[in-house]
Amino acid sequence: MANVWVIAEVKEGKLKKVALEMLSKGKELASQVGGALEGVLVGSGVEGLASEMAKYGASKVYVADDAALAEYNGEAYANIIGKLVEEQKPGVILIGASINGKDLAPRLSAKLGAGLASDVVELGADGGKLTVKRPIYAGKAFASIKFKTDIQIATVRPNVNPVAAPNDGASAEVVKISADAGAVKAKIVDKQLSAGGKIELTEANIIVSGGRGMKGPENYKMLEDLADVIGAAVGASRAAVDAGWRAHHDQVGQTGKTVSPTLYIAFGISGAIQHLAGMSSSKFIVAVNKDAEAPIFKVADYGIVADLFTVAPIMTDEFKKLLAE
Amino acid sequence: MNIIVLVKQVPDTETRIKVQPGTTDIVREGISYLLNPYDEFAVEEALKIKEAKGGEVVVITMGEARTEEAVRTALAMGADKARRLDGAEFLGADSYATAAALAKAIQGESYDLILCGKQAVDDDSVQVGILVAAMLGIPCVNMVTKLEVADGSVKATREIEGGTETIEAPTPCVITAQKGLNEPRYPSLPGIMKAKKKELKAVSLGDLGLAADQVGAAGSKTEISELTMPAERAAGKVFEGEPADIVPKVVRMLRDEAKVI
Ligand SMILES: Cc1cc2nc3c(=O)[nH]c(=O)nc-3n(C[C@H](O)[C@H](O)[C@H](O)COP(=O)(O)OP(=O)(O)OC[C@H]3O[C@@H](n4cnc5c(N)ncnc54)[C@H](O)[C@@H]3O)c2cc1C
Ligand SMILES: Nc1ncnc2c1ncn2[C@@H]1O[C@H](COP(=O)(O)O)[C@@H](O)[C@H]1O
Repeated sequence: MANVWVIAEVKEGKLKKVALEMLSKGKELASQVGGALEGVLVGSGVEGLASEMAKYGASKVYVADDAALAEYNGEAYANIIGKLVEEQKPGVILIGASINGKDLAPRLSAKLGAGLASDVVELGADGGKLTVKRPIYAGKAFASIKFKTDIQIATVRPNVNPVAAPNDGASAEVVKISADAGAVKAKIVDKQLSAGGKIELTEANIIVSGGRGMKGPENYKMLEDLADVIGAAVGASRAAVDAGWRAHHDQVGQTGKTVSPTLYIAFGISGAIQHLAGMSSSKFIVAVNKDAEAPIFKVADYGIVADLFTVAPIMTDEFKKLLAE
Repeated sequence: MNIIVLVKQVPDTETRIKVQPGTTDIVREGISYLLNPYDEFAVEEALKIKEAKGGEVVVITMGEARTEEAVRTALAMGADKARRLDGAEFLGADSYATAAALAKAIQGESYDLILCGKQAVDDDSVQVGILVAAMLGIPCVNMVTKLEVADGSVKATREIEGGTETIEAPTPCVITAQKGLNEPRYPSLPGIMKAKKKELKAVSLGDLGLAADQVGAAGSKTEISELTMPAERAAGKVFEGEPADIVPKVVRMLRDEAKVI
């Protein structure tokens, strides 16, 4: 029996949304490959989240709960989960394509000799085996992938699979597993968190992004105000990052982050091929640019040809009004 | 301190990718190739460490003959010598088979540190560095934006959600380079001339002592069954005029028509 596993990432005491997305999709997959949907929780104070996973379809949840596991450590987590996989032999392992998920998955792949597909946007099954689709060249093309191994691992891009309605009555068997991380060579010695619960770009539902047209770092305040109103993350083009206006991790594009939010609003971004590669899989794109010929308008669902410095404050006010209705 | 840098040649990021119909490859005619941008950070970091501490920088790539151009770029930047895993058996590899071959090649070298890019911007896998480390049984710090090298250990700062963390790891270890680590130098003209004379050794499957079914397509754990192009985006609506008139309209349409807010 090929069970489908969802390795759930926990952030600030809550399951990440991508975990719910994977459970919702995983339930479908489990019935297609003829197995059960099960969850894995590793962390500190995470046991209580098993019932949350049950609501989204997990029939069993393996839990390694220990104060020493409070912070993600790739070696430690891979040792614990790897050992469990060797014992239980699930067929499919789904991991969120977050920074930590992308660190964990190859460690498991190496340990288990299992095939791994990164950042998948479509999951299906064929003859009991997992099939996935993933962007390559930052989304300029897509590859359909098949696995040759019994254990099949995929990191799943956030925001592409819908979350099913929870079944509040459902419950799951909780299986406590060893939290012994084994030998760990690389150790975290320091952590620097930026103030405020910033939304991670690759997981944001809405992104407001600014390019060279912003003219200077001080003007991003305008975009941050707008982002606050609509619950968005703020991104940037490489031109803005290279000018030192925004941090490297804010860059969207082929050599930055590939994003697929529900709504992407671009201010003063021309739409170079490397930028488009990173954001054109967004569900809905709004572009604000004073140049009607800017290539960004070729991918925009709504294009506003106007000065962004006039548009942005009006947009912020209008969203405020709209959301107050 | 001897450093190995893993480098890959990738299509120029300007390239408009087209799928070669009936195949699982893209149209290769007319493509110009570059050293993977993240690997430039890895090469630069290796050179900086060498400048401070001495030692040798060896670059290794796996790929067909044309990929030597990317290796020459790394040599022109200042790397000392290079290896290319050469042979049809290596082709068509997924990340796992790529890492298996590279790990074996690394075992034949003397090294204290391995640097590579966090991601190759063609397959966008973000796997090879971590796989190589695991196969060699050494630690890996992924997506590093700052690196300090001491005797017998490194301190590497990596990006995490909402901040950074610093990890201490014993050497040898693998570090994957993220943007922000440094500003890669351009190869100088004398550098380019010198690079032509530097050692670039072709390494065969036999040299590595691997079997043909351990590498390339045969050694892969996954296979590409089809390549497709993204759906074309339909032409959108364009709004021109006074922002005070059009912006309120657009905002309402985002809710009522597009239903995205
Ligand atoms: C190897 C490589 C990798 C790259 N990777 C990336 C990547 O990952 N991401 C990325 O973004 N780029 C990347 N680039 C860079 C890319 O080619 C472009 O140079 C970059 O995206 C341009 O940024 P921009 O659109 O902000 O600036 P510009 O192209 O200068 O565009 C600015 C736009 O702002 C508009 N504008 C100016 N003032 C106003 C105003 N007041 N109101 C409204 N509009 C205004 C202008 O009309 C113009 O269209 C890469 C390049 C290379 C070579
Ligand atoms: N064929 C290859 N030869 C040498 N190094 C490679 C190869 N493929 C990947 N790498 C290295 O591994 C990194 C990550 O690649 P990937 O996992 O494919 O995204 C790259 O930036 C390179 O440093």
